[in-house]
Amino acid sequence: MRHHIWTYSNESAKTDAPPRDNDAGGPADNDTGGPAGDLAPTLVTFTGVEKRYPDGTQALAPVDLAVRDGEFVSIVGASGCGKSTLLRLASGLTTATAGTVVPSTGRISYVFQDPTLLPWRSVRRNVETLAELTGAPRAEYRPRAAEVIDLVGLGGFERHRPRSLSGGMRMRVSLARSLVLSPDLFLLDEPFGALDEISRERLGDELLRLFELRRFGAALFVTHSVAEAVYLSTRVLVMSPRPGRMVAEFAIPFGFPRPAELRFREDFTRLTAAVSRRLRDGDGQAA
Amino acid sequence: MRALRTGRPRATWRDRLAPLVLFAIIIGGWYFVSLVVLDRDRRFLLPSPDSVVRVAFLDGHNLAQLLRALWLSASVALIGLGVSIVLGMAVAIAMSQARWVEKSVYPYAVILQTIPTLAMVPLIGFWFDYGFLSRVIVCVLIALFPVISSTLFGLKSIDQGMLDLFRLHRIPRWRRLVSLQLPATFAGFQVSAGLSAVGAVVGDFFFKQGKPGIGVLIDLYRARLLSQQLFGAVILASLLGVVVFTFFGWLSRLVTGRWYGAETP
Repeated sequence: MRHHIWTYSNESAKTDAPPRDNDAGGPADNDTGGPAGDLAPTLVTFTGVEKRYPDGTQALAPVDLAVRDGEFVSIVGASGCGKSTLLRLASGLTTATAGTVVPSTGRISYVFQDPTLLPWRSVRRNVETLAELTGAPRAEYRPRAAEVIDLVGLGGFERHRPRSLSGGMRMRVSLARSLVLSPDLFLLDEPFGALDEISRERLGDELLRLFELRRFGAALFVTHSVAEAVYLSTRVLVMSPRPGRMVAEFAIPFGFPRPAELRFREDFTRLTAAVSRRLRDGDGQAA
Repeated sequence: MRALRTGRPRATWRDRLAPLVLFAIIIGGWYFVSLVVLDRDRRFLLPSPDSVVRVAFLDGHNLAQLLRALWLSASVALIGLGVSIVLGMAVAIAMSQARWVEKSVYPYAVILQTIPTLAMVPLIGFWFDYGFLSRVIVCVLIALFPVISSTLFGLKSIDQGMLDLFRLHRIPRWRRLVSLQLPATFAGFQVSAGLSAVGAVVGDFFFKQGKPGIGVLIDLYRARLLSQQLFGAVILASLLGVVVFTFFGWLSRLVTGRWYGAETP
């Protein structure tokens, strides 16, 4: 199911072409030129999805969205606009009030803002938790866990318990725990939200590298940070305040691998500014 | 990238000295009341510490009597505690698995806690005689509720994200219980451990029959105005509580304390 489908070359990334503000509004279109293109299989599809909670709060207005294999889709929006609800719907942890969610038939993994580790388990055993408890054979997951621990930069800390780790390291454990399952669709709900700026950027780089290594098929990434969204993604979606709906979609034209210096480039900051502006306009210009 | 330092701060001389000073003040106060405040005729109300030690602990016959009683009370406390832990965990697990179980059982657990033990003692003696079994039952009545409530709290205090993860990956309920919820319940047994010692002495004190434990001895010494031995028995009863309480504190630190550092290879 995995294929390399980056359509943006490094040449195009180096051009000074202004970022493409695909201000589609409304439904997220699949042919907006995201690197996944049209051939990659769709991992999750939302069609006219609404969510209303029992207390009457409408969390999501009709939302259309499709995430294809090979895409890194970020969602930015004000607090309480239904971003997390969107992830919960995609994972099947909650059901839609109206519309349909066609979930991924592949493996799904979820990472929360809180690393949610088991304090009595070492790093290695925490990373193995989900694989172990889903009944995978140890001979299969143990070497994979060891490899992923190295990949997220926790080599040498296998025997440490979570309390003796910093916030950033705990989040790495949480990422590794999900990656052991080789997810097709990786759902990340503000995973770096509680970290300081430096750790946040460093972990962003790590996540990007894991994406480039194809350790997961596609990502649906919720964040408050516009710069983080632009830096990591192939596509950035802007949501309106509650009830949330898609008000803008930006295809990110930068190729892979993405150097950390990208953050300081003019075209990057211009694109970030455009997304921020759209986010601030929010509801006003919604289609 | 470095692991954080998580050791306890080193104890200073003040940390070590202060408890000793307080102990000396208490003993000094005890001597003062016994030798200065009370006249000779009323000294039996508070015999001096050295006379307590001399009569209760250095006299072979008295010491043997006290130790036999202590052994009996300690057995009652430990068996009662064991029963409370097994029974309390089973009840708490059942309660955590279904809301209707919790709703129907919890009121009785609360009644168990609020009912005066004194009111139950004649009934228990009536049903189960006045021997070892009845003493264990009293002990369980006192120590059971804290086990139930702390286990239930531990079982329920699981992070919502973790529960979501387990649900997302369709991890069976029993696995969730064993690997996620039960390890979080360990810390709560210490309170029950202390109470089990109290239960053992209280049950014994009220039954006044059968082989004498510390409680029976306390009552006996009180009736005969043997105040040195009475104080000796009270000191031993407190020691029993302290030892059981400390032991369980150590045990739970052994289990949970390792969460804070590296796994021992």
